[in-house]
Amino acid sequence: MKAMTITKTLIAVLAAAAASQAVALAAGGGEKHPEHQHWHFSGPFGTYDPNALQRGYQVYETVCSNCHSLNYVAFRNLGQKGGPFYLESCPEGFPDNVDCSNPNDNPIVKALADKYKYQVTDGPDDTGEMFQRAALPSDSIPAPYANEQLARMANNNALPPDLSLITKARGGGPDYVYSLLTGYEEAPSTVQLAPGQYYNPYFPGDMAQAMKPEYMHDGHPVEGVTVPPGGVLSMAPPLADGIVEYGDGSPQTVEQYAKDVTEFLMWAAEPKMEARKALGVMSIIYLVILAGILYWSYRKVWADQH
Amino acid sequence: MSHVSNYNPSSGIEKWLDKRLPIIRMSADFMDFPTPKNLNYWYTFGAILAVCLVIQIITGIVLAMHYTPHTDMAFQSVEHIMRDVNYGWLLRYIHANGASMFFLAVYIHMFRGLYYGSYKEPREVVWMLGVVIFLLMMATAFMGYVLPWGQMSYWGATVITNLFSAIPVVGESIRTLLWGGFSVDNPTLNRFFSLHYLLPFAIFGVVALHIWAFHTSGNNNPSGVEIKDVKKDAVPFHPYYTVKDGFAIVVFLILFAAFVFFNPNGLGHPDNYIEANPLSTPAHIVPEWYFLPFYAMLRAITFDVGPISSKLGGVLVMFSSILILFVLPWLDTSKVRSMRYRPVAKLWFVLFVIACIALGYLGGKPAEGIYVMWAQIATAYYFAFFLIILPLLGILETPKPLPRSISESVLHRSAKPESSAAPGAPAAAE
Repeated sequence: MKAMTITKTLIAVLAAAAASQAVALAAGGGEKHPEHQHWHFSGPFGTYDPNALQRGYQVYETVCSNCHSLNYVAFRNLGQKGGPFYLESCPEGFPDNVDCSNPNDNPIVKALADKYKYQVTDGPDDTGEMFQRAALPSDSIPAPYANEQLARMANNNALPPDLSLITKARGGGPDYVYSLLTGYEEAPSTVQLAPGQYYNPYFPGDMAQAMKPEYMHDGHPVEGVTVPPGGVLSMAPPLADGIVEYGDGSPQTVEQYAKDVTEFLMWAAEPKMEARKALGVMSIIYLVILAGILYWSYRKVWADQH
Repeated sequence: MSHVSNYNPSSGIEKWLDKRLPIIRMSADFMDFPTPKNLNYWYTFGAILAVCLVIQIITGIVLAMHYTPHTDMAFQSVEHIMRDVNYGWLLRYIHANGASMFFLAVYIHMFRGLYYGSYKEPREVVWMLGVVIFLLMMATAFMGYVLPWGQMSYWGATVITNLFSAIPVVGESIRTLLWGGFSVDNPTLNRFFSLHYLLPFAIFGVVALHIWAFHTSGNNNPSGVEIKDVKKDAVPFHPYYTVKDGFAIVVFLILFAAFVFFNPNGLGHPDNYIEANPLSTPAHIVPEWYFLPFYAMLRAITFDVGPISSKLGGVLVMFSSILILFVLPWLDTSKVRSMRYRPVAKLWFVLFVIACIALGYLGGKPAEGIYVMWAQIATAYYFAFFLIILPLLGILETPKPLPRSISESVLHRSAKPESSAAPGAPAAAE
């Protein structure tokens, strides 16, 4: 029997699988696959580049934070081990009893919190009133809007998502974030955009909805017209060459800004990644050695059996 | 346990205790249990699963110390674990990937049982207890996935709990009971958390019964032939299988560690890093990978059959796909246990494994077009394998001659490669 039959069936299964893939592609729409980037943090030994993290924080603070919150990150996180502004020891001139590796005493972190563009609502005070005060290292980074309603009102009814986990919460991760930030394009002529809407080939959406009516018939594009990839979003292209002033001489281009802010957001989403990978390398080495010893023991124990 | 005890209490305390609570005798007999000498690496997954259960319980208990089962705080408390709890990221990644590893191991364990006929007389109860464990695992994993209160948590819970409403007469009431209200909400999260903490201990109990049962019937083995002569066919569990299982466990842990440390979110869905939002439905709601084959079967039923709607039909098919395993010992009519000696059944088995993997692939694809058709074909084959092929093959198939004993099957197998390999090459350890 049936070895033949099964082989034939297998071939049929594979052929059909290939065919169904083709069908899925021909349906059009979809979005462009994110451009693969080389990241400092990729791979089992990858780490964050502290300089990129610092520049990325600067981009977030100057640009992104106008609309996007970063709720799960506190100022103290910026000065913890592996964070952008971690200090092993205090700069010159600090008294001996101050430990700057403690984020709460880190002068950079204290200054960033104190001078942050938004204040923190605290209280109630002794008179029962809430009040505004400058942020402390222990505070979460204050959000641009007090609540969702305010955020929507200011953004054409769109809600700018919190960015703390954005690099883990999107398919393609950091590659997607980078591709979205750098991938804005002029909308194709077949597409009609409402005011305050922007076209991006990497943004997941259904561009068939945005096609001009003369190019569509019964929900399908007319002969010779294809639905462009991507979607429309309410975020204007956020980056432009030169809008953030870097102190370290790095290029002040959209690509560099996008790359730095993505690395910073990856750190924001996964601040323990360096500790994780370091422990992982040790764990794997330990387990491989243990497996070797156990295999040797196994051969030894079983040697007297046949 | 069924074998003669070799335990001799030596000290006074041991003798005293042995008359009152023979717990040392029980442990000694457990370690001494005569085990077929020909168990291969597919048989190490039982021990691997025991390790998985213990890992899940330990990490889970510590995670529960830091987690808040409330819709307003659950997502935030998970991030608190990831960022502020000492080694919280490690605990959570072990627990989340541990679920995947647990299912990977249990599927291998089940396919092994299927291939070597481990469900056949006298091991029907061992097998049925295993199916109970599998069901409990599915319930536990499903409820655990809801706890982080991400988008997939919420929408997965909504889809699955809604299935129960398809059951005639009592369906709506069951759904209300699961929800504790009129949609997935805080009461749902609370009861899921409570049950997610409870069920692993139920699993632990059934695992004890599962082990007790096969210590009564004895282990099956790749030849499917029972132990005839304990001296020739069996070895004591310790040290022979403690060391072999130990080696396999550590190799498995290497794979486990590779996921936890280097790709901890690889098996998850990005949408679960977005906090649950009842007003925004994700484009594709998909369960975790280990549920995809069943999800594919659920969605494969796109047609009504008489009074049974496609929705109810899908639910029935999905649950039947597991319940059918309970009667498998009586569906397979073959007297030969191991498919090693069943040349035709072996081929159908390979096709069955392919169908299961295909269903897993199809469950992750949108339920449209060609995917639905393939899911229907694979679902039909899944049931045909149990309901038509196994019952018929027992009658139609001519099995190969069985070895007279386990030791003969071992000698026979190790003799074969030696005749072709260089003479004097060391024989394989098993």
